Amino acid sequence: MKARRVYADNAGTTALSKTALDAMMPYLTESFGNPSAIYSAGREAKKALESARATIAEAIGARPEEIYFTGCGTEANNWALRGIAEVKAKNGRHIISSSVEHHAVSHTLEALAKKGYEITYLPVDEYGLISLDDLKNAIREDTILISIMTANNEIGTIQPVAEIGAIARERGILFHTDAIQAVGHIPMNVQEMNIDLMSIAAHKFRGPKGMGVLYIRKGLYVPPLLTGGGQERNRRSGTENVPGAVGMAAAIKEAVDNMDENVKKVTAMRDRLIRELLKVPYSRLTGHPEKRLPGTASFVFECVEGEAMVLTLDNAGISASSGSACSSASLDPSHVLLAIGLPHEVAHGSLRLSINETTTEEDIDYLIATIPPVIEKLRAMSPLWEDKLNEKS
Amino acid sequence: MYSEKVMEHFSNPRNVGEIEDANAIGQVGNPKCGDIMKMYMKIENDVIVDIKFKTFGCGAAIATSSMATEMVKGMTIEEALQLTNKAVTDALDGLPPAKLHCSVLAEEGIKSAIADYYRRQGIDPEPIVGCNFDCDACHQDHGA
Repeated sequence: MKARRVYADNAGTTALSKTALDAMMPYLTESFGNPSAIYSAGREAKKALESARATIAEAIGARPEEIYFTGCGTEANNWALRGIAEVKAKNGRHIISSSVEHHAVSHTLEALAKKGYEITYLPVDEYGLISLDDLKNAIREDTILISIMTANNEIGTIQPVAEIGAIARERGILFHTDAIQAVGHIPMNVQEMNIDLMSIAAHKFRGPKGMGVLYIRKGLYVPPLLTGGGQERNRRSGTENVPGAVGMAAAIKEAVDNMDENVKKVTAMRDRLIRELLKVPYSRLTGHPEKRLPGTASFVFECVEGEAMVLTLDNAGISASSGSACSSASLDPSHVLLAIGLPHEVAHGSLRLSINETTTEEDIDYLIATIPPVIEKLRAMSPLWEDKLNEKS
Repeated sequence: MYSEKVMEHFSNPRNVGEIEDANAIGQVGNPKCGDIMKMYMKIENDVIVDIKFKTFGCGAAIATSSMATEMVKGMTIEEALQLTNKAVTDALDGLPPAKLHCSVLAEEGIKSAIADYYRRQGIDPEPIVGCNFDCDACHQDHGA
């Protein structure tokens, strides 16, 4: 029992799938050609790259020419936001987003705000959902972009993306979504959902790290962040990461092909985990009870601090994460947990367990058996817990 | 990001708990900021003969509480008041910059308990200890 390790941080990153690794291997070894080269090794690499592009396009309901490879999800977010801001500046400088975005979006928007763009951050309810009425009311003459994430990385809440897309389309405003936590885990279709730009990262669905995609609807021009050799049809220069693209394609295909089965299995395990861990006194679920990612179980446990939980769990063989940013200079806990209305002192006690199809029922058993005593141990040394028990009696 | 020493003290913290007949109790920090330290001391003839702590906080907060209490145990009050956050940090083989405030909190926790000791005897602690420690420790600029 002691040597057991349970990886419960799949929203952080995932282990590369065997399918993806096998698909990549030839392009890491003998087929190493540069896709821009005209000789046969180059043509072979180019063929693999374009085949990967087509596979990824199909997985999200896009056309191959709408898929642009990037170095990571953060780059895709930066490119979408900075690119649209630049190219649409003549129409206006107002952007609508939400108060629970990943830093790859929110910090980029802050940078744009410094350049004179005006950002409206829609509030969220206690579950982390934006209101469509708020969105409609926020739209102005000079609104050029709506950027709202598909699913939240900390609490797993899934936004009504199709409805947002419909509103954006009706009002003639571009819609970008950071779907990095969602793709490969829940069905995504850029056509049906009226998405104009979408960010994806391969390592969240068991593809390789260092590989992202920005989907850009055909006909929409987004000026490049990186200029140089003119790769990716002059939009994203830099020698293409062929093994990365091939691995991403294999992983997304595997995830989408098995999605129905995975969602069922993972959701059942997640719900058991939630049910059992909510038996810990002074605990609560964060995020929406149903509209949440299949693999994300996120909590707050009062009177304990998140980082201390993560480190103690690590000693017990569990890899988990916390939104407690007690290492941040401000000492503020996660902006997401504050946005859903948690008081600071409660938000410090957050714990995120994120599982996927590689997780087993035995892993869940181990999490359920190990986590409550860890919380109890930390509470026993917490002066806040002492106060809590005193106020109760 | 943490040294082995920090992890060792975090995983096996020394002096955790309370002292029933403590004659010096101090608490510093703020739950809003994610760390609170409560120190209990038993002081006899100006010597800290026993010390225990309870801490709500991150790994560094728990490790610095453990190290600081271990360092001052057996010291005279005068010696304990000389304990700096740097000494605690050095004893732990360093802390990440963002965590230095935890060592400041540990230093203040010791001083806060000693201030309480003086107060219980009707002595104004401020000229001796430096401040009265009912401040929101983490809202100060510690310059650590």
